[in-house]
Amino acid sequence: MSLPKPEELARVSYQPPARGWMEVKPDFRPGTYCNAASPKWLEWIDYPYPRAWSVADEDWQLPENWKEIVLEGMEDRLARFRSLKLFFDICVRCGACADKCHFFLGTGDPKNMPVLRAELLRSVYKRYFTRLGKALGELVGARDLDESVIREWFFYLYQCTICRRCSVFCPYGIDMAEMTILGREMLASIGLNIDWALASVAQCYDKGSHIGATPQAFKDMIDFLAEENERITGIKTPVSYNRKGAEILFVTPSGDYFADPGTFTLMGYLLLFTYLDLDWTFSTYAAEGGNFGWFISHEMGKRLNAKIYHEAERLKVKWILGGECGHMWRICNQYMPTWYGQVPSFLEVPVSPITGTVFENARVHKMVHISEFTADLIRHNKLKLDPQRNAHIKLTFHDSCNTSRGMGIFEEPRYIIRNVLPEGHFFEMPPNTIREKTFCCGSSSGINANENMELRMQGGFPRANAVRYVHERYGVNHLGCICALDRATLPTLLQYWVPEVEVTGITELVGNALVFEGEIERTTDLRDRELVGVGEQEGGEEEE
Amino acid sequence: MTLKRLLSERRAAILEKWRDRVFGCYPPETAGFLRREADHFSNPVAYRLTEGLKGIYAALVGESSAEQVSAHLDEVLRIWAVQDFTPSQALAFVFFLKPILREELAGELKADAALTAELLDLESRLDGVALLGFDVYMQRREKLSELKVSEMKARISGLLRRVGVDPATL
Amino acid sequence: MNFAQRHITVALAAVLGLIAVAYVGVQGNLQLLFGVVVPYLALLLFFEGIIYRVIKWARSPVPFKIPTTAGQVKSLPWVPRTLGDKLDNPESKAWVIGRMALEVLAFRSLFRNTRTELVSDPKYPEKARLVHWSYKWLWLGAIAFHYAFLIIVLRHLRFFFEPTPQAIALLSEIDGFWQFFIPTFYLTDIIIVLALLYLLGRRLANANLRYLTLASDYFPLFLILGIVSTGILMRYFFKTDITAVKQLVMGLVSLKPVIPAGISPLFYVHLFLVCVLLAYFPYSKLLHAPGVFFSPTRNLPGNNRWELHVNPWNYPVKFHPYMEYEDQFRDAMYEAGIPVEKEPEAAVAEEE
Repeated sequence: MSLPKPEELARVSYQPPARGWMEVKPDFRPGTYCNAASPKWLEWIDYPYPRAWSVADEDWQLPENWKEIVLEGMEDRLARFRSLKLFFDICVRCGACADKCHFFLGTGDPKNMPVLRAELLRSVYKRYFTRLGKALGELVGARDLDESVIREWFFYLYQCTICRRCSVFCPYGIDMAEMTILGREMLASIGLNIDWALASVAQCYDKGSHIGATPQAFKDMIDFLAEENERITGIKTPVSYNRKGAEILFVTPSGDYFADPGTFTLMGYLLLFTYLDLDWTFSTYAAEGGNFGWFISHEMGKRLNAKIYHEAERLKVKWILGGECGHMWRICNQYMPTWYGQVPSFLEVPVSPITGTVFENARVHKMVHISEFTADLIRHNKLKLDPQRNAHIKLTFHDSCNTSRGMGIFEEPRYIIRNVLPEGHFFEMPPNTIREKTFCCGSSSGINANENMELRMQGGFPRANAVRYVHERYGVNHLGCICALDRATLPTLLQYWVPEVEVTGITELVGNALVFEGEIERTTDLRDRELVGVGEQEGGEEEE
Repeated sequence: MTLKRLLSERRAAILEKWRDRVFGCYPPETAGFLRREADHFSNPVAYRLTEGLKGIYAALVGESSAEQVSAHLDEVLRIWAVQDFTPSQALAFVFFLKPILREELAGELKADAALTAELLDLESRLDGVALLGFDVYMQRREKLSELKVSEMKARISGLLRRVGVDPATL
Repeated sequence: MNFAQRHITVALAAVLGLIAVAYVGVQGNLQLLFGVVVPYLALLLFFEGIIYRVIKWARSPVPFKIPTTAGQVKSLPWVPRTLGDKLDNPESKAWVIGRMALEVLAFRSLFRNTRTELVSDPKYPEKARLVHWSYKWLWLGAIAFHYAFLIIVLRHLRFFFEPTPQAIALLSEIDGFWQFFIPTFYLTDIIIVLALLYLLGRRLANANLRYLTLASDYFPLFLILGIVSTGILMRYFFKTDITAVKQLVMGLVSLKPVIPAGISPLFYVHLFLVCVLLAYFPYSKLLHAPGVFFSPTRNLPGNNRWELHVNPWNYPVKFHPYMEYEDQFRDAMYEAGIPVEKEPEAAVAEEE
């Protein structure tokens, strides 16, 4: 009989247990990897070895001395990063991290257990940098560096979203994110990059934002969103660009001005600033808060981030206000002042011009998170809010990995949510899927490319599963977040797993709820959706 | 009727075998994890697969309506549509149930000839479920392509609205 | 032999081999080697290795302050922060000490392993309840092992001091509180065996762990099991001359080594395995003990925004400065009404 039985059919992917992980090689199936970066982008940012290659190729056209480059790169990083050396040395492979990774939970691929993903790099360290590894090889987890190892790095280091969930549970705080970035740096040193990330980096480097908008397009777009505000609320929300002497420079990720639903969050910012009569300006040059550069190397992160202080100094603003963005804030918090190397003395310690609150926690950084800023306003009763305008929204809040585990901002957005939503419209997801244990969207760190869709759906599955739980149990219909990448990628994820739930930024909800003097009667929210109880005397509680 | 009652009684044992065989399609390291971890949130894949199988089984036993079968199939197949199962791999699980039923009910089948007829009938209905499954699987794959397109649009949806185009109508 | 079997076998064979070496050696009257030379050598390797490693770590700088923040950061004064937040996202060095103490003494991060499960209520099958419970077995196994190990090591100090210090005698007394047997039975002996068996068992039973566990992970487990079982055998079953052992140890301590007669080969096997553990320690994952103190995701405060962290190798990078950008887009910016540093005409004139 040559016709297969169902069991035989289904077992095509069966891997015998006899093979150790070192022998199992990654299978580059379409949908599970990002395309190779076009040489054009590498040239834009002076990255080494630009060439046209494809991940599916047999030959990745590595430079002749690629092995030398990688090993020297590793040695160099071991000397510069204590973290790397330490994390290589002290892992005991206890496996506490294994089932914490959303990619492992979603794909079931054992090499997505953070411990094993780290081992892919560690095995090379052991072989070339430790005596025991040189002598005992596989027995202590050491192996030769060959091209198949590099392929493996490429495959699995781009199946890590640098979310740090594993690091929370590790008894030694081993941080896969750190190793992933350094590993990607080594890949980049031999010309292996992914197109989606590199294109964004190159565009941002050259023009000012990931999307590659020219200054005039940037202004045009934001002016349009201001007009939208006027159409819906009757309030003019004027915007100034590159205005010298403004008190505040506002920086937000480009996701907020070109892509829905981020655009509605941006409309929220504009309404809020107008309401407060804030003396602020946008910059067309430092137009990007996000930083895909950091997803590929520490240095590239710095090259993009440097623009923000540079521009703040040129415009002579007093301090900087940052919009809702996850990795932007992790970078702001963990790297920005250190990259700058000193306290940016041309800026002042941020003071809210409305409440007089001094943001002591930003004494060095001189940059305030929009959620901190807004929470402070609400706390001081400076905003007139009508939560009934959000009565069509039943919300759950997704803590973004970066602001959670790379900064620790949990309470401020929740405080805002409770004040802009009607009582009983906010529901938390189960406790081990939020706050510091939050599940990643599965698409961060530059892998939210279209061609990588299947992988993203798998990686985001644990998050979606928790969303689905609150949707089914409490009728939650919106997922709130303070991250532009979330706003770009979670809608796609949810359309696949929980299509009933939409994604919203928190400032959008603020924009909905803000009551202006002289506004026209609000019949819709910022997305042109009819408000609950429109046409009735009193907004009721009934659902749409 | 008797077969249905039998199936209801043996539900736990049959489902367990079915589930094990489904998890057995994964590489052993993964299968072990899927079996071990019952947690809804720490092991969403196993949880959703189990729920889906339960639902399909309930429909076979006649406890839920035929319309719901598609929903239960979707529960299972939407996972496999992104885990890169081919259609044949993804639908094989339906047929796993046939030998399990025959093994599990071997004694009763021997004793009662009428049951065999009922079982044959049930097996054809399983075939029907599998055929439905192909539709569901295809819908999921189409959904993925659709998502790629809609995400492309969403990335510039602000721009589209700017120039007066409603992204939803594209 | 498959991957896991190979790694288990090698590790087990290595430990059995070491036992055989010591046993045969002592039978062949190599007491001097196993009682004096090897212990000195092992201590040398241990200290040299650890110091070398710690210096190696310390020589690499910590370029960025990257604590894993697992609680609300200190921000506005009214934003609520629980004690847990303050410890898991420390705002200052003092709180870092608290976090590290919890990590080192109580294995805080392992303890975090909580799970949430959906449990269906038989009375209301349609309404499942969420139940939170902790998955603390790994934590329990780890903490039981480490504390038992520590107490056992402390108990052994009675061999190193004459007379035995009060504190150590007291510790032994507490440990031996449950006197089922004569001689006094130590609770830690039982605990460490159970903990080791659990730690080993989970690596064998769990397919994922089996997949990633290396010989270098099994080896210390087998080795310590060897040490513990030879110790237990000596204490309860095949007694050795304790006074002679103390004489040997005191000789080593006072740098006047002696080889007293009457010490059983079992003791030399025990001592040899301890020596191997000491020598192996600095070259293996056992470095996690000193390493945890250096971990930058745990030992740094989350105060980047108000305390500057300086990167010693920070270097200037090439970025796209504003003036270059303006040169690129000046005309379009000017036309769109965006302020520019140089008006287009002025820029053209300058170029000419």
